[in-house]
Amino acid sequence: MFLSIELATIIEKLALIVIVVMGSLVVAMYTTFAERKVAGWLQDRPGPNRAGPFGMFQPLADGLKLFFKEEIIPNFSSKALFVLGPALAMMTAIMTSAVIPWGDKVILFDREISLQIADINIGILYVFGVVSLGVYGIMIGAWASNNKYSLMGGLRAASQIISYELAMGISIIALLMFTGTLSLKEMVLQQQVGHWNIWYQPLGFLIFIICAFAECNRTPFDLAEAESELIGGYHTEYSSMKLGFYLFAEYINMFISSAVMASLYFGGYDVPFFNEAAHADMGNWLALIGLGAFLIKIVIFIFIFMWVRWTIPRFRYDQLMHLGWRILIPLALFNMLATGGAILYFGK
Amino acid sequence: MQALTNRAEQVSRKPMSFMERLYLPAIFKGMLITFKHIFTRNPTIHYPEQKRTFSPVFRGLQILNRDEEGRENCTACGLCAVACPAEAITMEAAERLPGEEHLYREEKYAAKYEINMLRCIFCGLCEEACPKDAIYLSETFTPADYQRKQFVYNKEDLLIPNPTTDKEAYEKALGNRPRKQLVN
Repeated sequence: MFLSIELATIIEKLALIVIVVMGSLVVAMYTTFAERKVAGWLQDRPGPNRAGPFGMFQPLADGLKLFFKEEIIPNFSSKALFVLGPALAMMTAIMTSAVIPWGDKVILFDREISLQIADINIGILYVFGVVSLGVYGIMIGAWASNNKYSLMGGLRAASQIISYELAMGISIIALLMFTGTLSLKEMVLQQQVGHWNIWYQPLGFLIFIICAFAECNRTPFDLAEAESELIGGYHTEYSSMKLGFYLFAEYINMFISSAVMASLYFGGYDVPFFNEAAHADMGNWLALIGLGAFLIKIVIFIFIFMWVRWTIPRFRYDQLMHLGWRILIPLALFNMLATGGAILYFGK
Repeated sequence: MQALTNRAEQVSRKPMSFMERLYLPAIFKGMLITFKHIFTRNPTIHYPEQKRTFSPVFRGLQILNRDEEGRENCTACGLCAVACPAEAITMEAAERLPGEEHLYREEKYAAKYEINMLRCIFCGLCEEACPKDAIYLSETFTPADYQRKQFVYNKEDLLIPNPTTDKEAYEKALGNRPRKQLVN
C-alpha cells in the first residue's frame, strides 16, 4: 500500500493545519490593527484606540463591519470568477504556510511532533509556486469585475509579480547554491549550527526583501491598487467580505513572506547567542522558545513592512519596471555568480 | 530678469550622483526620520476624556439669563433680534400677570423665544445689544442632531438653570466668560 498512514499522523497533521491556519488568520487580523497603530505612531497620532482597551477590539469591529456590509456583484461581471477571485487570493495566501518550519520537535502524548505541516524536500520551490499562483486571485478578480480600472490594476499586478519573481528566484538560487538544499527545515538546521545566512548573502537578502515587498503588493510597489490613479485598482468593484478577503490576503501574504525571510536568512526558529544542542534537556520548552524567537523575527519583519509603507511614496510605473528588470535582475545575477565563484574558491 | 521678490530659488538640475541614484541611502534616511516620530509626543487631545480649554472670549450656544432670585431677565424688547445679522432670533412678547412676579423680573416678558442654531453665526451681537443682561453666549458649542427642526432652540432649551433651585448648574452654565457691566 502506498498510503499506509497511521490515523494518529492524520490527526496530528490536521490539528497542526488548523492551528497554523487559525494562527495566521489571527495574526493577519491583528496585523491590520498593528498597521493602523504603526501608521499612527509614525505620523504623531495615537491610532485606533476606541474599541476596547488600547483599541484591541478594532479588528473585530472591522471584520463585523465588513460582514454586515451589503454585498454588491456588478451586473456585467462574470459572477463565478468574481467570487473565485478573492477565494483564490485567500487560499494561496494561506497555502504557503504549509512548508514553513514554525519550530523544532515537540513531544506530546509520546509522539514526536514536528512543528511543520509538511517537510517536503522542495519546500522553497513550493513557496514560489504558490506565491506565483497568488496573482491569479488578483487577475481573475480584476478581469471578472469588467471594469477598466480593475483590469489595469490586474495587469499591473501580473506584470509586476512576473518581473520581480525573476529577481527573487535568482537571489534564491544563490542561497540554494550556498546551502545545498531546497528544504526550509534543512536550511534552518544549518543556520542553527552555523551562522545565519544573512552574513553570507547580504545582497541576496536585500534583493529578496525588495522583491517580497513587490510580491505582497505593498507600498512602494502597490501599483495594483494605486488609489490616486486607479480608484481601488483590482478591488474597485468589490465590497463586503470579498473586499475584506483581498485586503486580508495581503496581510497574510505579508505574514508568510516575513516567515519565509526569517527562515531563509535569519535562522528561522534559531535563538541567537543560544546553543540549542547544549540545552537538549529542556525538551518541549526548547521548541517553544524557538517558536517564540521565530515569531519575534516575523513581527520585526512585519514592522519593517509597515515602516516602509508609511515612509516611502509609491513608485511610478516605469520606475517600477526599470528597477525590476534593469537593476534587480542584473544585481541578482551578479550575486549568483559571485556566490558561485566564492563557493568554487573557498570550497564551501 | 529682475526677480519680483528675493525669495525665488534656483532649481538644481544637476544629474544625480551615484549615491543619490542608489536610492537606498535616501530610503534609510527617510525611515530614520519616520522612526524618530514614534518617540515624539503626539499632540492629540483625546476628546471625550480630555477637553481643550476655551479662550475666555469663546462664543458658544446662547443662554437666557436669570437674576439671583431666579427671575427671567428678558423683557422681549427685540433688540437682539434687530442686531442679529443672520436673523436667527424670533420672539413673542407677553404681559406679566399679577402673581407671576417670581417668574419674570419686569412687566413684559418673552412668551416665545427661539433661536435657529443653523442660522446663528455666533457673532455675539445679541449679547452686546441686550440692555437687560438677558442673553449670553456660553461655552457649550452646537451639538449634533438628526433633524433640522431640532436646531430651532426654544425657551426651554435656552434658559439657564434656576439659581434658587439648582445653584451648581446655574454657575456651570454661566461659565467663565467676562461679562459686561449692567447699567441700570
